[in-house]
Amino acid sequence: MAKSTPLYQQHLDLGAKIVDFHGFLMPLQYSGIVEEHRCVRETAGVFDLSHMGEFLVEGPDATKALNYLLTNNLENMAINDVQYNILTNEKGGIIDDILIYRLPRGYYLVVNAANIEKDKEWLTRHLSGDVTFTDLSDTTSLIAVQGKAGNSIVEQVLDMRLDGLGYYQFIDLQYKQQTIRISRTGYTGEDGLEVYLPNDLAVDFWQAIFAKGKTSQIKPIGLGARDTLRLEMRMPLYGNELTEETTPIEAGLSRFVDLTKDFIGKEALVEQIEKGVERKLIGFEMIDRGVPRTGYTITKDDQQIGVVTSGTLSPSTGKAIGLAYVDSQYAKVDQAINIQVRQKSLVAKIVKGRFVTVKRKKY
Amino acid sequence: MEVRKGLLYSQDHEWVKITGSIARIGITAYAQDQLGDVVFVELPSVDDPVTKDEPFTVVESVKAASDVYSPVTGVITAVNEDLEDSPELINESPYDEGWIIEVELDDTEVEGLMTPEEYEDFIREI
Repeated sequence: MAKSTPLYQQHLDLGAKIVDFHGFLMPLQYSGIVEEHRCVRETAGVFDLSHMGEFLVEGPDATKALNYLLTNNLENMAINDVQYNILTNEKGGIIDDILIYRLPRGYYLVVNAANIEKDKEWLTRHLSGDVTFTDLSDTTSLIAVQGKAGNSIVEQVLDMRLDGLGYYQFIDLQYKQQTIRISRTGYTGEDGLEVYLPNDLAVDFWQAIFAKGKTSQIKPIGLGARDTLRLEMRMPLYGNELTEETTPIEAGLSRFVDLTKDFIGKEALVEQIEKGVERKLIGFEMIDRGVPRTGYTITKDDQQIGVVTSGTLSPSTGKAIGLAYVDSQYAKVDQAINIQVRQKSLVAKIVKGRFVTVKRKKY
Repeated sequence: MEVRKGLLYSQDHEWVKITGSIARIGITAYAQDQLGDVVFVELPSVDDPVTKDEPFTVVESVKAASDVYSPVTGVITAVNEDLEDSPELINESPYDEGWIIEVELDDTEVEGLMTPEEYEDFIREI
């Protein structure tokens, strides 16, 4: 039986196409993926991300215990900081990629919906010392407002300025006599905010955003455009680019791995760094006409050298783009590769960095 | 979703307009709505044979690639080359500017297709 979020009826009223996304009935699209995508890039869009999981880890040993399970270093965080972090297994494989929030007496973890049960099991099994673990997923809603017009709309709803809130920082504040959490984070590359609320405030806040955002023509955005927006920014997606069979080193996430501390999986990652990885995550653009898709084979001189993990036609540029793992020897910018698309071998080339440049306001 | 009169329909959501021995083929308004934004059409070539219930082209939306099945058997006599640069015509005008191919029919007695009324009932039950 699939779960629905507190905003399910809103999605139906807005004419959303609903899909079962890892056991949650979520909006795939409302007006159309391309239109929604452009709306976020040009003005702003609103996402229901209440399917994501939220955990609270508290106690005197919280930093030490969590630091042993995560690749990035929690010692670098001040209270009200947000950090991108990775849970790895003994082999260095990625159990999940998460956002972690530093609270006065612990941490708030935001995990992928598909991984809630798995992460919970892993964390409760491996957290040691004087810590408590609480799963808040079922009582927490998450609404993201992404795009340049979004900040002022949220400010109007809250009736306060958020100028002091830096990128990857959060604040807790009162809304309708309850505590909500606002963070300057997102998965679109745009300036944006993510708002965590108790379930009973979700509909109220969602409607308030649309009421204040009417003049900016903001739209609700489904998971379809969420995927194309993140892909243009070359952000990895768990289940596609990141799995238990891939490591942060292969995925190009070394900057989130701190080898000055101990953590589960460190030995395997150190060995990979010393020996060099066999494959690397790359971004590519199609030269021939065609759209790359997850699972398509990549060849060079008729030998398989890799596999596509994500692909689409970029709604911003009209170019067909993708992410893939390829043998390290071919992981060079401008390298020509062939994507096997339905019995045809189409030419693509490896490109550097993000597929789309977005100007984001500095906070 | 519009179901246009005067056309025949397949269970795979293609429409056929038969004029003499020529059949013009496209996908229905229902099908394009299910696919979402079409961003690429892999057009077949004139003189390619097509077989009833077998795929003759692929339509790609932002999310996925979908086969389009031929509702008839014959040989392609024309392809809609406008779709190469404007694949969105399939969304905007599925029964007119978004047609995909024209086929010279092997047999003008086509079988197994639905009338507009039957197709309306068919999509209502999905």
